[in-house]
Amino acid sequence: MTARTARGGARATLAAALITGVAACSAPGSAAGGGADAAVVGIANEPETLSPLLGYGKDGNSKIFDGLLTHDADMKLKPALAEALPEVSADGLTYTYRLRRGVKFSDGAPFTAKDVVFTYRTILDAKTNNASKTELDAIAEVEEQGPDAVVFTLKYPYAPFAERTVLPIAPEHIAGRQDVNSGEFTAKPVGTGPYVLAAWSRGEKLSFTANPAYWGGEPAVKKFTMAVIKDDDVRATRLRSGELDAAILPPDLAKGFKDDKARTTYAAKSFDYRNVTLPTHHPVTGDPAVRQALDIAVDRTTMVDKLLAGAGKPAYGPVPTGSPWFTAGTERAYDLDRAKRILDDAGWKAGEDGIRARDGVRASFPLWYTSGDKIRQDHALAFASDAKKAGIEVKTESGTWEVIEPRMKTDAVLAGGGSPADPDFDQYLLLQSSLGGDGFNNMARYDNRTVDRALDDARRSGDPAVRKAAYDTVQRELVKNPGYVFLTHIDHLYVVNDKWVGLTTQVEPHDHGLGAGPWWNVESWKPEQK
Amino acid sequence: MNTRPARSPRLPWGPMARMAGRRTLLALPVLLAVTFGVFAVAELSPFDPVKAYAGTAGLTASQAELDQLRANLGVDRPLSGRWWDWLTSALTGDLGTSSVMRRPVAEVIAERLGWSALLAATAFAVAVLAGTALGVLAARRRGGPLDRVVSSLAYTLEAAPAFWLGLLAIWFFSVHLGVLPSGGLSDAGSDAVTADQVVRHLVLPALVLGLSQLPWFFLYVRQGVADALDEDPVRGARARGIGERRVLLGHGLRAGMLPMLTLIGSRVPELITGALLVETVFSWPGIAAATVQAATSVDFPLLAALTVLATAAVLAGNLLSDLLYGLADPRVGFDG
Repeated sequence: MTARTARGGARATLAAALITGVAACSAPGSAAGGGADAAVVGIANEPETLSPLLGYGKDGNSKIFDGLLTHDADMKLKPALAEALPEVSADGLTYTYRLRRGVKFSDGAPFTAKDVVFTYRTILDAKTNNASKTELDAIAEVEEQGPDAVVFTLKYPYAPFAERTVLPIAPEHIAGRQDVNSGEFTAKPVGTGPYVLAAWSRGEKLSFTANPAYWGGEPAVKKFTMAVIKDDDVRATRLRSGELDAAILPPDLAKGFKDDKARTTYAAKSFDYRNVTLPTHHPVTGDPAVRQALDIAVDRTTMVDKLLAGAGKPAYGPVPTGSPWFTAGTERAYDLDRAKRILDDAGWKAGEDGIRARDGVRASFPLWYTSGDKIRQDHALAFASDAKKAGIEVKTESGTWEVIEPRMKTDAVLAGGGSPADPDFDQYLLLQSSLGGDGFNNMARYDNRTVDRALDDARRSGDPAVRKAAYDTVQRELVKNPGYVFLTHIDHLYVVNDKWVGLTTQVEPHDHGLGAGPWWNVESWKPEQK
Repeated sequence: MNTRPARSPRLPWGPMARMAGRRTLLALPVLLAVTFGVFAVAELSPFDPVKAYAGTAGLTASQAELDQLRANLGVDRPLSGRWWDWLTSALTGDLGTSSVMRRPVAEVIAERLGWSALLAATAFAVAVLAGTALGVLAARRRGGPLDRVVSSLAYTLEAAPAFWLGLLAIWFFSVHLGVLPSGGLSDAGSDAVTADQVVRHLVLPALVLGLSQLPWFFLYVRQGVADALDEDPVRGARARGIGERRVLLGHGLRAGMLPMLTLIGSRVPELITGALLVETVFSWPGIAAATVQAATSVDFPLLAALTVLATAAVLAGNLLSDLLYGLADPRVGFDG
């Protein structure tokens, strides 16, 4: 054997040893979530920022921060950094919050009223690039009243205001010293919450460690990691391979875990609706008869069964049927014959190709959906096929919001939305005529005096009975003159390893924040006793 | 005994440096034009930076709020002004703020560039080394079983998207065999980025990216070496009883390497595109993923900086391959 081949042989052995060594230390299990006090969850979307000043965690449930208030499992408000729910003045214009004492930020600095005032004033500042600023429109002024109290003064009585105060409080002594739009705080947040950010590797994962000094008690799950995995299939694969303890999955992939003995699928009920806008300024969709006919010509139950694999509910308005705000009796059954009669009576006569027309106007309109969104595409196609049975032609087209937006005044759009905290949040923006065409608000330019008045009454009155009656009026008006055809409310599906007890889901909004999913309260999870 | 002409052991540093200098001077106007092009193309694109910035929150924001954002982000100003401002501040070392990452561009790039470079360099090494070795072996017995198997595999790989290869690799190595992690830079449950973790997590993405580049090198080397083996000098050498190993490596490989050296430079853009898909599949926190986000969000500062980087990488790749070519074949020389 020559020297050269001997060397080659040695090299090959070394290489083999390296490879097997590599394989040996990566045996499955070592990669999985670790012990019972660690959890790794797979999420689809990464936040752009972790700064509450730029919109992170505005709906509550941020792991790093606390708001003045927070929600329990039933979405009822409960105190967090405030020691009690706010005192509201009789005219509904002043909200006073007494603050919890002894709370510290994770860097050890005390939390005070100054931080609250700083947070709200910074968000409202025109120079702060916070796109959700509109949500705090009602605030005229926020002031401290001694170190332990904060007073909000509103421009108009706004009943759901307390719901807005779940937004996280940032520390003035850190965030106040940097550029709010791009400072280090946007990626290295410091808060009062149950977890402290340990590392954020963008595009890969966010990892958190339990905050031992958390005012609510140190969490049992000591280490919490959110792995960012955009692709649905990869997320399902990594869940199966044991690298993830839990993941959000679309219905078709969640089905694959149905018979898994070691994992449970959680279906979070949601306010997340899909609807079709019926633009008031289009000759066909603007006609109340066409709107009414379309509203009962769609087969919502079949959509839920076929498009969502059963994970959802038929939607008759922005309020889901299971909500206490839903007006019983406004459910509309699928009734194609009645839809046809309504169109006949209104003078829409079927032509040779089966499509109706009236006074030379063909019953046809375009319907846009955002390209690449499969669920919206499926809904759009199902809607078009149902409409055709009633003699109305719906031409589906796809595009980005940039393409769709200039056409929203006259073209129908397959839209989505939903916010569970208060009916005002959705409905005011969706239906108030004065907001017609304001950004993406009231896309259909719905214009109904009765609805306008009811929406205003509902937001100004502090009396729950008055509010309920007002939203009942809105929902009944939507039956008579729909501005939108609501199709479905979509359940969000999560598959979780059975390592913990007492998991629940909250009612979820359209927007998937980091706080949605069974890990909305990961700080309260307990390991399963074996 | 000695079949090669005697050569000076010293490298021609002078001509090499002159070529590098000339190319660098030429690169400046190219880079300038490219950045302006990026601003112009982004301006024409249908994407709206304000909508991208606002995300879902933009769907409930009032028009006044969106207008304020537009002004804050400075995207309502004319194209040339924006480009000039970017350029002048970039020259003073301030690359601006990325709107999509909410961070200074320099930090975004510093955070991610290293990981992309590691991935690309490893993949490139895999592709070049394995491609060359297989190419020489295949050329040695053209039409033999090894040649036929590897060649058909190479054509298949050439057609296979890197994305699909990645999913296949995850399925086989992570799910089926359970021997390699399927994504990320380190185990999902651990915070520390240690060397051994990175090595383990690098295996699959680098292998997939390397494999997707391998066919080009393999096919070039195979053809080059095979052609060289058919030439007279080789036949002469064989006739004089020179060992097969020396014929193969001394003649065949040296001649076959030439076209491949040009290839190295020209594969750089391909490598960047490939890295994009691979980084997405494997949740690799590199720069490629940020590039897509920057492009679809019309994030001018980030996009411009990344384009400068990519252009520089391509220009440097070309320079490198020309330098190597000049070294391997002194007849080619260094420019001019």
